[in-house]
Order: sequence, then C-alpha cells, then structure tokens
Amino acid sequence: MTNHWVDIKNADLIIVMGGNAAEAHPCGFKWVTEAKANRGAKLIVVDPRFTRSAAVSDYYAPIRVGTDIAFLAGVIHYLLTNDKIQHEYVRHYTNAPFIVKDEYEFEDGLFSGYDEDNRRYDRASWGYEMRDDGFARVDYSLRHPRCVFQLMKTHFSRYTPEIVSRITGTPEDRFLHICEAIAEHSAPDKVMTILYALGWTQHTKGSQNIRTMAMIQLLLGNIGMPGGGVNALRGHANVQGITDMNLVTTNLPGYLNLPNDQHQSFGEYMELRALKPIRPGQISWWQNYPKYHVSLMKAWYGDAATADNDFAYDYLPKIDRPYDVMQMFELMHQDKMTGFICQGFNPVAAVSHKAKMTQALSKLKFLVIIDPLVTETSEFWRNYGSYNDVDPTQIQTEVFRLPSGLFAEEDGTFTNSGRVIIWKEKGANPPGEAKPDREIVARLFLKIREMYQAEGGAFPDPILNVTWPYNNPEVPDSGELLREISGKAVADVRDADGRITIPAGQQVAGFAQLRDDGSTACGNWLYSGAWTAEGNMTARRSTADPSGLGVYPEWGFAWPANRRILYNRASCDIDGKPWDPRRAPVAWDGQRWSGPDIPDMRPTADPEEEVMPFIMTPEGVARLFAGMNEGPFPEHYEPFESPLGYNPLHRDNPKATNNPAARVFPGDWASFGKADEFPYAATTYRLTEHFHFWTKHAQSLAVTQPSQFVEIGEVLAQEKGIRSGDDVVVMSNRGEITATCVVTKRIKPLNVDGRVVHTVGIPIHWGFAGLTNKGYLANVLTPYVGDANSQTPEFKAFLVDIEKA
Amino acid sequence: MSARPKLIQRYTASDRVNHGLLALAFILVTMSGMAFFHPSLYWLTAFFGGGQWARALHPLLGVAMFVFFFIAMVKYWKHNLLTGNDFKWLGRLGDVMKNREENLPPIGKYNPGQKLLFWTLVVTMILLLLTGIALWQPWFAPLFPIGVVRAAAVIHVISAVVLLLGMIVHIYSAIFWIKGSTQAMLRGTVTEKWARKHHPLWYEEMTSGQKK
Amino acid sequence: MQSLDITARSATNRTPPSIREGVEVAKLIDVSKCIGCKACQVACAEWNDLREEIGTNVGVYDNPLDLTPSTWTLMRFAEVEPEEFEFEWLIRKDGCMHCADPGCLKACPAPGAIVQYANGIVDFVSEHCIGCGYCIAGCPFDIPRISQKDHRAYKCTLCSDRVAVGMEPACVKTCPTGCITFGSKEDMKKHADGRIADLKSRGYDQAGLYDPQGVGGTHVMYVLQHADQPELYQGLPKDPKISAAVDFWKGLAKPFSLALLGIASLGAFVHYFAVGPNDAEDDEDDDKPRAAAATDKED
Ligand SMILES: Nc1nc2c(c(=O)[nH]1)N[C@H]1C(S)=C(S)[C@@H](COP(=O)(O)OP(=O)(O)OC[C@H]3O[C@@H](n4cnc5c(=O)[nH]c(N)nc54)[C@H](O)[C@@H]3O)O[C@H]1N2
Ligand SMILES: Nc1nc2c(c(=O)[nH]1)N[C@H]1C(S)=C(S)[C@@H](COP(=O)(O)OP(=O)(O)OC[C@H]3O[C@@H](n4cnc5c(=O)[nH]c(N)nc54)[C@H](O)[C@@H]3O)O[C@H]1N2
Ligand code: HEM
Ligand code: HEM
Ligand code: SF4
Ligand code: SF4
Ligand code: SF4
Ligand code: SF4
Ligand code: SF4
Ligand SMILES: [Mo]
Repeated sequence: MTNHWVDIKNADLIIVMGGNAAEAHPCGFKWVTEAKANRGAKLIVVDPRFTRSAAVSDYYAPIRVGTDIAFLAGVIHYLLTNDKIQHEYVRHYTNAPFIVKDEYEFEDGLFSGYDEDNRRYDRASWGYEMRDDGFARVDYSLRHPRCVFQLMKTHFSRYTPEIVSRITGTPEDRFLHICEAIAEHSAPDKVMTILYALGWTQHTKGSQNIRTMAMIQLLLGNIGMPGGGVNALRGHANVQGITDMNLVTTNLPGYLNLPNDQHQSFGEYMELRALKPIRPGQISWWQNYPKYHVSLMKAWYGDAATADNDFAYDYLPKIDRPYDVMQMFELMHQDKMTGFICQGFNPVAAVSHKAKMTQALSKLKFLVIIDPLVTETSEFWRNYGSYNDVDPTQIQTEVFRLPSGLFAEEDGTFTNSGRVIIWKEKGANPPGEAKPDREIVARLFLKIREMYQAEGGAFPDPILNVTWPYNNPEVPDSGELLREISGKAVADVRDADGRITIPAGQQVAGFAQLRDDGSTACGNWLYSGAWTAEGNMTARRSTADPSGLGVYPEWGFAWPANRRILYNRASCDIDGKPWDPRRAPVAWDGQRWSGPDIPDMRPTADPEEEVMPFIMTPEGVARLFAGMNEGPFPEHYEPFESPLGYNPLHRDNPKATNNPAARVFPGDWASFGKADEFPYAATTYRLTEHFHFWTKHAQSLAVTQPSQFVEIGEVLAQEKGIRSGDDVVVMSNRGEITATCVVTKRIKPLNVDGRVVHTVGIPIHWGFAGLTNKGYLANVLTPYVGDANSQTPEFKAFLVDIEKA
Repeated sequence: MSARPKLIQRYTASDRVNHGLLALAFILVTMSGMAFFHPSLYWLTAFFGGGQWARALHPLLGVAMFVFFFIAMVKYWKHNLLTGNDFKWLGRLGDVMKNREENLPPIGKYNPGQKLLFWTLVVTMILLLLTGIALWQPWFAPLFPIGVVRAAAVIHVISAVVLLLGMIVHIYSAIFWIKGSTQAMLRGTVTEKWARKHHPLWYEEMTSGQKK
Repeated sequence: MQSLDITARSATNRTPPSIREGVEVAKLIDVSKCIGCKACQVACAEWNDLREEIGTNVGVYDNPLDLTPSTWTLMRFAEVEPEEFEFEWLIRKDGCMHCADPGCLKACPAPGAIVQYANGIVDFVSEHCIGCGYCIAGCPFDIPRISQKDHRAYKCTLCSDRVAVGMEPACVKTCPTGCITFGSKEDMKKHADGRIADLKSRGYDQAGLYDPQGVGGTHVMYVLQHADQPELYQGLPKDPKISAAVDFWKGLAKPFSLALLGIASLGAFVHYFAVGPNDAEDDEDDDKPRAAAATDKED
C-alpha cells in the first residue's frame, strides 16, 4: 500500500477491483465502512462475481476474468477525452511532459524491440530523449507529439466504451457510470482509493493491471493524498514483512538486488544501482544504495566484510535467472533438483497444475517440511483415492517433517500491508516437540556450518563467515534479530569534523545514519529505526491521533522512517500548499515540510527548489510511461486460456493474443486448453471463512464452510441441467475435480464480442488433509503460466468445462 | 331379603387390572401434565423427581395410559352404543341428578351418561395422543412445523381439560355417588340390588342367562 | 445476575418488582454494513464453547444451515432483486431478538428456566429447563433449539455473562466491520437514525429500524435497507407477535380451565351434600327389578 489501512477512512470513493476486500481482508474492510458511514464515501466493486464486497457496495459491475486492462484503459481514455485529469499534478509530478525517443513504436499489439524467440523485449527504444547535460528533455506544454502525454492519448484512444464493453463484457452503461464516478475525483480536493489484490496480480499481465490503475490515480492526482494511493491488500499476516526481507529471489532485504552473473565486479554493481538524477535538482534516492548495501553486508558478515574485500561482494551469489516458485518446480520437474526445504508453504495445494507439482516432488531425493500441520505437500506421496491418486511405491522421495510452532506461538513482528511493523507477544507455547521457526533454522544452519567446518567444500567462506552473535546460538531471540535488522554502529560513527555521533555498538536512529564505509551494520535499511537507542519502536501502542487523519504516529513503526503515506509531498501543490487543507499529511510552513506525517521529502526542500515528490525515481516524478517487461504502456492481452482465442484489438496478430512477454516454459504449451473443448471462463478465489489450506484443520471454521463447491450462474445451470446442491465435475486440460454446485444469481452471463461467456467460480480451500470434508485441490485445474514481471501464476483466468456428476 | 346379597359379575380380573393401571396412569399423567399447565401446580413435578423427569415421563405415561385405555375401549365399545331409551334418559337429567331413578327409562350395562363419557374419553384420548406426539421433545416435535406445535399445545390442553371434567364426573360417580360401583371395579362384582336398580336391562340379561 | 435484577421469570405467577433501575441495553445489527464474514458466528462458538458438527454444502453459503443448540447465531444469505435489475445479496445475522415481551418466556412452564433481566436480556437458565420445547412454540422468531444431548433449550444469551461485567457481547467485539454495535437501547436507536439517514441518502428510501412493536420492541435490532419488506431477509417476520394460539394457551386457557375444573369439582361436592349418594342397598327391599316388572317377567 502506498497509504495504509486506517487511511482508507479518508477516501471519498473506494474502488474494490481485482480483489474482494470484504472477504479476504474483513478487518481492514472496517475502514471502508468507516469512510462510508462517516464521510458518505461511495464504494464501487468490479468483479466477475457479485461478492460479499459487492453486497455492501453502492455500485457493482461484472467483468470477464482477465480483461481489467481493457476496462482501466477505457477509464484512462474517458479521463483524457473528457479532460478529467488533475492538470497541475500531471504536469509537474508525472513524466507526462517527458519526451520519448524517436525509435519507440507500438504496432499491432507489440511494442518496439520484441524478441519473439526469447519472449522478451529489448527496452532500449523506450527511453527518454536525453539532453547533452545528462538530463531528460521535457515539454511542460504537453504538446510535443512524442511527449508521454501525447503518446498516451494516442495509445489509449482505441479503448472506447464500446470496445471496452466488447472485450470485458461489462455492460456499457455500467462502465460509463463508473467512469463518471471516477472522473469526479480529478478535482484536487476529491480523493479516490483503490483496493486490489489477486484479482489483478494472478494474471499473465498482473503487474500491468496494477500499473494501469496507478496511471489513473496519477491522472487524478490521488497519489500521496490521504484517502488515495494504490493499495495492494497483502495476503498472509506477515507477507509484507517477508517481501520487505527478500521474497523475490532476485532481491536482497529492503529491495536491494542481487547481482546477476554479468556483474562480477563490485564497482559495476554499485554504479548500476546508485542512479543519478535525470532532472535537475532531483533527489534520486537510490544514490544512497551503497550505504544500504554495505551496511547489509556488515550485518551479515561482520568483520569478514571489509573495504578490502568489497564488503564480501564475492560471497553473494550472482544469479542467472529468477528462482521463483514456477522456476523452482520447473527445475525440479526437469529432475535438476535434489532437495527442497518447504517452510510454512504448501505448494502442492498452492501452486498451479497440481499434477506437475506431484511429479516434480516425486523426483526429489528429500523433502523437508517445516510446518505445524499435516499438509497436502507433506502427504503428496500418500494415496487419497481420487483426491490424490498416486502410487506410493513409485515415489522414492524421503520426506522429513519438522513440526514448527505457529506464528502466534512466538514473539516478533508482523508487517501489515500498510507497512506498519507491529511487535507481538506470543500467545502460547508451541505444543509437543514443535519448535519455533527461528530455532529450526538456526539449528539447521549451525549443523551445516559445522559440516563445512569439518569437511571444507568448494567455497565454504559465505557459510563459515556469517556473523552469529546471538546469546543462545540455537535460539536467536526475536529482539536480537530486530535490533540487527534495524541496525547499529559497528565502529564509532563520526561527523565531518571527527566528532563521534554514534558510539560503536549503539543502535542507529534510522537509515539516514547508515554509512558506506563499514562503520554501520543494518539488516534492512527500510526497517532502520524499528529499534533505536530508545528501544523497540514497533512495540509502541499509543492510540493518539492528533490530526484525526488516522496517522497514529506512535502506533508501532512504519517503514520507511515511520512514514505512513508514501509520496505525501504530492498532497501539496507545487508551492507546497495542500490540495485539500482538511487532508494534509504534510505542508511547507515557510521553513520546512511539516505536518502529522513524516514528509516524504528532504524537510528543508523549499518548493522553489522544485524537488519533485517521487524521490525514488531519477526523474523525481512518477511514471506514466515505464519500462515494464511487456511494454511501457499497458495493453490488453487475453489470458493464456481465452474463451475468444483471439485478441479483439489485434484479431490478425496471434503474437499479440496473449502477453508476449509472459513466463511460459516450453514444455507447458501443450497443457493449455482451447475454448472449443473448454468453453467456460473459470477463476479461483478465497472465501472469507477459510485461510487457504490450513484453517480446514480448525473445527470452528470447518463448520462455517464444510465442503468444497463451485459457483455458476442460473443461465448456465439451466443449460446444463444443474441444480443447486448437485455434484458437478469441472474439467480443464490439466485435470478434473468434483464438487457441490452453488447456482447463484450472483454470476451473470457476459456478452463478449458477440458471444455469451459464462463464468465458473472455484474457491480454493479444500484438499485431502484436515477436518473439513475431503475435496479436490482447485489447482488440479489451473495453468502453469506466469506474469511477465512477477512470475505469479495465472490462477485467475483459465478455461474449463462443467457437467453434472 | 337374603343375609348375604347375591352378587353379579360385572368385570373380570383382567378388566380390573387394566382399569386399575389406567387409573394409576391417569393420576400420574394428570399430575405431571397439570404441573406444566399452571405454575401453581408445578410442585407436582416433585413427585416425579423434578421437572426434567416429569417432562420426560409424562408422554411415556400418557402413551401407557392410552394403551390401557385402548384395551378397555376395544372391550367396551359395544356396550356404549347409544340406544333409543338413552335419549329419553338424557331428557330427564334432573331426575338423574336427584337420584330418582324410578322416573328413568330402564337402561343396560351402562347408562347414557357413562356412554357419553366413554365417547368423550375416546375422542380426547386420541387427540391427546396425536397432539402429545407433536409436542414430544426432543424426538418428534422437531418434525412438525411450529404452527402445528402451537395448535397441538392448545388442543392438548383443551382435550386434557375436557378429559379431566369427564373424569371428575366419572370418579365422583364411581366413588361417591353411585355406591357400589367401586366394588365393581375392585372386586368385579355388584349386588343384584345394585344391578337391578342402576342397570335393570343388564340385570335382566345377566340373570336370565344365569337361569338357563 | 442476581434476582433483584430479574424482571420477569417464566412460570411464575408474580415476579417481584426489581428494586434497581436497569438501563435497557440493545445490540444493533446494521445489515447494510454486514459482509457476511461469519466472524460473529465463530466468536459466539468460541466464547460459549460450542462445537457444532461439520456439515455439508447443500448449494448455499449458509453454514450450518440452521440454528442448533450449538449454533446460537447464524448468517443467513438471501439473493434478491427487490427491483428489477437491482440485484442484492442481503445477509442477516439471525439469532435471539431478546424481545421485550418474549414469547419464549410466556410459554415456558418451568419456573425460572427463562428470565428477563432489567436490562432487557432474555436468558435461559438451563438448570431449570425441563426441555419441553414450549419456548420454541412461543417464539415468534423460531429461535430456541433443544439439545439432543442434555435435552435442554439453548439460544443466544446476548452474552449476559459478559454484559454483566461490563463487556460487550463476543460477536459485537469480533465483528470486523463495526456492523454490530452494543449499548443502551436509546443510544442504539440514535445510532440507527444516523445509519438510516446515510442509507436514505444512498437511495434506500425504505431504510429503517427493525424494532418490532408486536413483541414490545426487541433488544436486538436491525438496520434494514428495506425495512418495508423484512421478509426479504430470509423470512424475517414483518409484524412478529406472540401467536394467538400461544396467547390463549398461556393466557385465558389457564384460569378458565382451572375455574372449570374447580366448578366441576365443587358441583360434585354440592351434589354429594345436597342430593347424596345413590345407594342401591338403602332402598326398601324391592326384589323386583323395574325392568322385570315392565316386561312382566317372573323372578
Ligand atoms: N479469508 C481469507 N482471507 C485471506 C486469505 C484467505 O485464504 N482467506 N488469503 C490471504 C492472501 S495470501 C491473499 S494473497 C489475499 C488475496 O485477496 P483477494 O485477491 O481479495 O482474494 P481472491 O479471493 O483470491 O480474489 C479476489 C477476487 O478476484 C476476483 N477475480 C478473479 N478474476 C478476476 C479478474 O480477472 N478481474 C477482476 N477484477 N477480479 C477478478 C474473484 O472473483 C475474487 O472475488 O487474501 C488474504 N486474505
Ligand atoms: N488457484 C489458486 N491458487 C492459489 C491462489 C489462488 O488465488 N488461486 N492464491 C495463492 C496465494 S496468494 C498464496 S499466498 C498461496 C498460499 O499458499 P501457502 O502459503 O502455501 O498456503 P497456506 O495454506 O497459507 O500455507 C501455509 C502453511 O504455513 C503453515 N504455517 C502457519 N504458521 C506457520 C509458522 O509460524 N511457521 C511455519 N513454519 N509454518 C506455518 C500452515 O500450517 C500452512 O500449512 O496460494 C496461492 N495459490
Ligand atoms: C396420550 C398420550 C400423551 C402424550 C404423548 C402426551 C404428551 C405430552 C407432551 C409431550 C407434553 C409436553 C410436556 C412434556 O414433554 O412432558 C404434554 C403436556 C401436557 N399433557 Fe400430555 N400427553 C399425553 C396424554 C395426556 C393426558 C391423558 C393428559 C391428561 C389429563 C395430558 C395432559 C397434559 C397437560 C395438562 C399438559 C400440559 C399442557 C401445558 O403445559 O399447557 N396429557 N403432554
Ligand atoms: C382414578 C380413578 C378412577 C376410578 C375410581 C374409576 C372407577 C371406575 C368404576 C367404579 C367403574 C365401574 C363403573 C361401572 O361399571 O358402572 C369404572 C368404569 C370405567 N372406567 Fe373408570 N375409574 C377411574 C379412572 C378411569 C380412567 C382414567 C379411565 C379412562 C380414561 C376410566 C375408564 C373407565 C371405563 C372406560 C369404564 C367402563 C365404563 C364404560 O365403558 O362406560 N376410568 N371406573
Ligand atoms: S486474519 Fe482474520 S483476524 Fe486477522 S486481520 Fe485477517 S481477518 Fe482479521
Ligand atoms: S424447553 Fe424452553 S419452555 Fe421448556 S423449560 Fe426449557 S426453556 Fe422453558
Ligand atoms: S426471539 Fe424468541 S427466544 Fe428470543 S426472546 Fe424473543 S421469543 Fe424469546
Ligand atoms: S450475543 Fe453472545 S451469545 Fe448472542 S450471538 Fe453474540 S456472541 Fe453469541
Ligand atoms: S462479524 Fe459482523 S460483518 Fe461479519 S458476519 Fe457477523 S455481523 Fe456480519
Ligand atoms: Mo497471497
């Protein structure tokens, strides 16, 4: 979230699209009801199904799965043609005026630079025109034919309401009603927010879905504003925390990144990351990259990381490709992996194309499961009849189960979607011989290190030299870990005059104090300040909210620097005056930036200096035109399994039917189904009653949704002779499941490009372990194909057929 | 005339046992039922070991009572068919009340009052059984819609009250009013005198039979 | 809860007046805010230590399908189109309404098995419950359920145990959207006014408070989008009243019947003394039966 949970209460319009906040985020949804009840906010829901979010909405529109870009691009078209944009904001705070290189082109669904063989783009042609002084060329009149603004107008001109409706199946009047509601929020003092999650991410163009909405929010001037922003409602209680730490295999903690194999030299690595500003006077925050990187290496390797060895740069793996989940299982499937440690993860249930998962795991020598429960993964080798029809005698994988505690059985922190880090105490001790995860991992590490010590190895240094400064090496204390993450001086830190500012050993106050000379150590620069010399900031529990804006500055600690709204400088006009004085997180008081929130700006940056709010980019502004993997502007592509089989925008170019840069492994093409055999558009999702695949072990929740079902609309049910409560078989090209059918008015047939598309809804929560009635894993059905940027599998749009069982 | 009055058999041993059980069940069923009917009578549950027991036993005793009654009913229904004389009898209730049997037409084994009571019992017992089943927790009541249960409760109560009114008459007549009746149900016999006085046609029938 | 706070007691001829003035409480369920998450349902089970059986899906979201002795509150889902093309999914939290004039209490034959506290809560005291199920017949909302295990009646207690010590009910505490609120009935009505105004501003002209007067008002109230059609919400009764049958059964029938029985007994009593027994042996020895005489048969 650019904003945070409580801040939703400041919105005038809330869009829930590409997510189902009421069901998946019921606690956070409270702030939606607050906004509605206390400031008359409106709620609009766009979802293939009429969800429980829709049940409390003011307006609902259906949409065909996998067509959100068309919808949102249509909104952009509407805003541009009706001149419903926040002009000053767009001109100054986005790259609308930036002039794009002459070579940039978009033709028949493909951008310039496409390399068909490798399914990737060479992005060289998508850059700005640069001046000789190293700065980008701009035209603040926005009239230059190749300025981003004009290119945008052209690009989106195709997305007329009529086309949008033809692609998405959303009735045109419903679409236009929503456009009008959104357009009202281009007024500087009207703010809209968007709450989304997997309905947008789990597509082969998931990242572009989100970016399209980010562009709308920029056009409306809603980013940086209380009640605005682009808000990803994250998943597990601490998934934000794990993302910040390094969920993505190409990352290091704090969104630093791992070198790739071309960058063997430390100097080159640093240079590529410490980006210089490309507009005068801009901050380009990543110039600080070396401070964060060096402090991280000091935290990991302590005295073994020195200026002389480039702070142990050689210890870091240099990766050849991302090792995301799909890649890992692909390698496993190709018999290129021996072992797999699976901690708090149930891939057989959670990853697409279950048959492939089981085959992959069967090729391992060993599988270690660190989990409090029996899971489908720990049982993948056991025969559960048709639910898991495997032959145990044919599976040689040795499975070890290490019972772990549950998150509530240890102290430590959670980081929520709003980036607020909160310390929690443990609720109970882990039962039986279960151990906290920290202990399991620490003991594994100590054992491995001992073996390296004894036996040597090809390159033991990165293991042997890890600092392990914990009181009890076998059970590192959560507090110790948080202090390590927050950072401290490892040698006396001195100012320019040589005076000691932070004595060695003292916690740093924040990332501003981190150094690239090896005098500080910090496990994650973004979390710096979480535990300062004053103590544990994440344990603060003050409910004081002096501004009434829901900032709660002393409730836990938000990264970065306890800032609650990112880019909050953009809540003020170019002169530093708030767009809406009632919603001003910061403002220029003549001397400094101040206000209830921590300014996302150098506090002394006089508006005269024209330091722009988007300090993370070298431009200083937000990008309406950006180098994503599948193109600088979003374009509608069909899901890999499309009920149409063609892209209505590019009927004659099969290369542009699906996202040309999406992640597909060559062996998987054959596993995709076609509409003639599998005519219905299917999607998978959660129900509020269950959390993935593990609350089915909890009786009180098993009671509330006891057995597996799929949902279809009344028209399809009638065609198929299915009645509510009947058992049905749902088939995709990868397998079939049997479940009870819920026939509902909540799913309507959609009129798409002249034909009727029916939607089949498949909740994901059942499997063969647990207290609920046994069921099939929904991922028996889903395709193994991933997003071009994040590699997230396309769980949300595929093809099935359905029959009465 | 004779020192030892001549006796006529009115009820066999099995009749008496059955009626005795019927009477016993009735008392228990009434005590338990009435306990629920009015708070002032709730103390009656104490005889059953408390409210829960009374609630659980009442329908069981009720069914038992119904079974005994059913046996009696099968046996006596023929004697309780109304005849022409009976209507005349009923027209002279004043004489009935004043013990002026001499003004009444002669009657058979049962007088019309008894017969009417008999049929009242038949109707109320059946109603009580049926409505009792609809009220019976936790086994049967959940099978009925609430509207039916409510109606059942009302009908059950009305039937019970009608039955009780009948019983007041029945018991009063048996124990206090028509002397010698008790004897019939306890020993099985009545005196000839009793028979001649109260049930002359029946007496006739019995004695003529004896003569042959 | 102490007896001095009990204002009505089942099967009790006269409940002594309460010497303390209780503030009437109420739980307000704003259906327009409810997201059907069932957290309240689970919270109720957890707080009251109830373990329902794991059922099956019969083609709807309602689970369990009905209230049971172990499910005191339940989300009921209704797919309706009150106006054409204006589809709505109405989700109502069902459970005891804590009527001011509770039909269950009226019907209950066991003294003290149902009590009403001064704050309006209607509570079942299972120790005194005899499991007769009359409360089910008495309730206009079809709420109480008899357990097959201990043969006693159960329903929502409005968390009388929590309320007694100043806490709000467990479901209220848990409800993530703030759709359930708890406080004095007066405050809840005021709060409802605000909610209704908000709903009206959103085009729900018939939004209103459900506090049915037919049962004297309730201590669980709903804010409904369509207060004119409560039946839309899976059969919430439009004008609930204690059934006439129950009224008669527990009203007139009692004194009337007792009187009738009394009169009959008295009649017998009077008859006995006025007319006296009819004893065949008392009669002068007349060997001739009248029947015989009449038919002229010889002895
Ligand atoms: N109760 C509960 N809450 C959870 C979880 C849980 O398992 N149970 N899991 C947590 C986790 S890890 C996550 S990541 C989040 C996920 O949170 P959400 O993303 O909100 O959850 P989903 O149910 O997967 O998907 C949301 C909605 O996307 C819709 N949808 C499907 N395809 C499309 C599409 O193409 N376009 C649009 N616009 N909508 C589409 C579905 O109909 C569904 O209603 O939830 C978290 N919260
Ligand atoms: N078809 C389809 N598939 C999907 C999705 C979808 O929408 N559709 N959603 C995807 C998404 S967003 C997600 S996040 C994944 C979820 O996939 P997973 O994260 O694999 O699913 P969970 O069931 O949450 O599994 C987490 C495991 O962690 C264990 N656990 C809980 N607490 C602890 C702890 O403290 N320590 C340890 N060691 N273990 C613990 C639980 O017992 C459980 O077995 O599913 C994905 N799969
Ligand atoms: C024929 C079989 C009978 C059955 C199955 C039956 C069953 C019931 C049941 C189930 C109840 C509810 C209380 C409880 O569960 O114990 C009840 C109540 C009652 N029964 Fe019966 N019963 C029968 C016969 C009778 C008879 C013969 C009487 C006689 C007088 C009677 C009088 C009552 C009364 C007075 C009540 C209480 C009504 C009230 O509370 O208002 N029942 N009966
Ligand atoms: C507890 C008190 C009762 C007493 C003292 C009592 C006494 C008697 C007596 C003395 C008779 C013989 C009358 C005669 O032969 O003319 C009789 C007959 C009979 N009693 Fe009872 N009784 C009692 C309860 C019941 C009950 C509860 C029932 C049934 C519901 C019942 C049903 C009958 C029937 C059916 C007859 C035969 C009369 C006929 O068929 O008309 N009695 N009883
Ligand atoms: S996990 Fe449950 S309790 Fe926790 S925030 Fe999500 S909905 Fe609320
Ligand atoms: S079942 Fe109901 S009516 Fe009967 S005693 Fe129990 S609470 Fe009272
Ligand atoms: S709703 Fe039913 S159970 Fe609850 S108080 Fe009213 S009558 Fe009694
Ligand atoms: S008030 Fe208490 S008993 Fe009633 S539904 Fe809520 S949690 Fe359950
Ligand atoms: S907890 Fe609240 S929002 Fe959730 S179902 Fe219950 S009443 Fe509705
Ligand atoms: Mo997730």
